[in-house]
Amino acid sequence: MNAGVNAGVNAGVNAGVNAGVNAEVGAVDGGPAPVVVASGVRMGYGGVQVLNGVDFTVASGEVSCVIGPSGSGKSTFLRCLNGLEPVLGGSLRVLGEEVGHTLRDGRYHPWTPKEFAAFRRNIGMVFQRFNLFAHQSALENVACGPVHVLGTPQDRARTLAMEHLDRVGLADHAHKRPHQLSGGQQQRVAIARALAMNPALMLFDEPTSALDPELVDEVLEVMKGLAAEGMTMVVVTHEIAFAREVGDRLTFFADGVVVERGRPRELLTAPEHERTRAFLSSVLGSQEGSSTK
Amino acid sequence: MRTEPIADGSGTPIPVARTWHWGRWLAAAVALAVAGWLAYLVVVNPRLDWGKVAEYLFNERILSGVWVTIEISVLATALGLVLGVLVAVMRLAHNPVLSGLASFYIWFFRGTPVLVQLIFWYNLAFLFPELVLKIPFTMIGLKWDTNQVMTGFTSAMLGLGLNLAAYFAETVRAGIQAVDRGQTEAAYALGMTPAKRMRVIVLPQALRIIIPPTGNEFISMLKTTSLVYVVAGHDLMTNASQIYKANNRIMELLIVASVWYMLMTAVATFLQGRLERRFGSDAVRLVRGGGAAARILPKVAG
Ligand SMILES: Nc1ncnc2c1ncn2[C@@H]1O[C@H](COP(=O)(O)OP(=O)(O)OP(=O)(O)O)[C@@H](O)[C@H]1O
Ligand SMILES: [Mg+2]
Repeated sequence: MNAGVNAGVNAGVNAGVNAGVNAEVGAVDGGPAPVVVASGVRMGYGGVQVLNGVDFTVASGEVSCVIGPSGSGKSTFLRCLNGLEPVLGGSLRVLGEEVGHTLRDGRYHPWTPKEFAAFRRNIGMVFQRFNLFAHQSALENVACGPVHVLGTPQDRARTLAMEHLDRVGLADHAHKRPHQLSGGQQQRVAIARALAMNPALMLFDEPTSALDPELVDEVLEVMKGLAAEGMTMVVVTHEIAFAREVGDRLTFFADGVVVERGRPRELLTAPEHERTRAFLSSVLGSQEGSSTK
Repeated sequence: MRTEPIADGSGTPIPVARTWHWGRWLAAAVALAVAGWLAYLVVVNPRLDWGKVAEYLFNERILSGVWVTIEISVLATALGLVLGVLVAVMRLAHNPVLSGLASFYIWFFRGTPVLVQLIFWYNLAFLFPELVLKIPFTMIGLKWDTNQVMTGFTSAMLGLGLNLAAYFAETVRAGIQAVDRGQTEAAYALGMTPAKRMRVIVLPQALRIIIPPTGNEFISMLKTTSLVYVVAGHDLMTNASQIYKANNRIMELLIVASVWYMLMTAVATFLQGRLERRFGSDAVRLVRGGGAAARILPKVAG
């Protein structure tokens, strides 16, 4: 793979599934265990293979950006990470657990809906189309998880929710319903809603691609703040500038596999694979054209 | 239609001619004449005693019938709505037994006439002379005489309520399916279980979507209660029919009953309008971006 660039962390990913996992965990010894270790992850919808053996790791505190052409399986992979989609092959360990299964008495037992729910509490997810709860105010959206999932008392949850809204700069809009907020504001509420659960990992699926260009930056600013505080993040994005500036690692997906992984600057300036080069030139070409700042 | 003159090239205003819609006027005149004539025939009919209509309009038994009709309508609608939500959620369950049972319920209650169901509940004592509610294998429990429980009133409420539930379940199901899938995903991503997601996120939105059409269910229920007279439920229609069976003033009492039904419908329509104003815009917003689901809504609401 991308020898040299990140040999330290990625050594041995391709050395067979199980060996890969062990080598991976061993490689970061001394530091905390990786938050995500995917090896050979496969997934498909009704016979059509979407992920064809994805190898991917995220270390604790790392901002891992993912780019790739439409339909390459980025969203699908992200949704596998919190168990919204079932993994059909390979191994996917997130926060120390094999997603969807628990090892007991020498066998893997599939999770119940309750176990899935408990697992997802620790993982925040931000969607392309915000998906705020339409019948609740911004404040209620943020308090919803703590109240209904963690059992936090209403008053306490609302106080905390207000702090989270304040953090994303929306304390003044706490009582507005989603349809009364701009796209950028909605997405910031969505981030606050995820943060209210105190997640150990945050997943972002193209958080800015449904936004008008002038609203993109306010959302990216919030994400930069999070990254600076050391939040572990996986960010699927087309914002190359964000990936370059904030990302610790950049992964290029195509046709359901990881084509290339590396430090953003290196991967962006000197991609090894022809597909990466072609993709980057098309994306960078259009972004340079639209936002020459 | 435009009445303001149109300026020509040199700025001189040229008036717009008025069009006469002769066809429209003619159709309106004919329709009015026919309707007026029919009304006249009834109003001046010498065999119709308007004095009796006025006399019975505020008759004590009629008024108590009106009250019972309202009671049965409200209770049966409430029962139907609650049970309907339950059946709809069961119908959408992944468990094939639950979903199958719900489908059967809907098919059964929509497939048999309400009249048959009403008479069935009223005569339940033929099958079960006593109703027993007790903890299995113990002597602890309660027992009732079926005939005392299944009065006209309770069998009316049960029959109409269970029937409405079957229809309403389909409305609720469409409402649940109209809620954007992204809401479910966000709920799961927060760590909700499927049941919690349904109760906290999906149902509150689905109910906002279906509240406007439930007004219609209630209005139609007001009039369906008139069937209750077959089980002597002491509703408006039962009482009116008992009076006309005694004095033979059939037409007069039917008019009295109709006046009350129309009045109740008018009030219910007014309330429904307010409900729609309160929730209507919400409903449209909730399914916006729902893709295929957004196309279901007009059918549900219509
Ligand atoms: N629910 C689904 N049922 C069937 N096929 C699906 C489903 N969701 C996604 N797919 C297919 O899986 C493939 C990967 O989709 P995915 O959404 O993961 O791509 P992506 O990389 O996120 O693309 P984009 O940049 O457009 O978001 C696509 O070919 C898509 O058509
Ligand atoms: Mg996607």
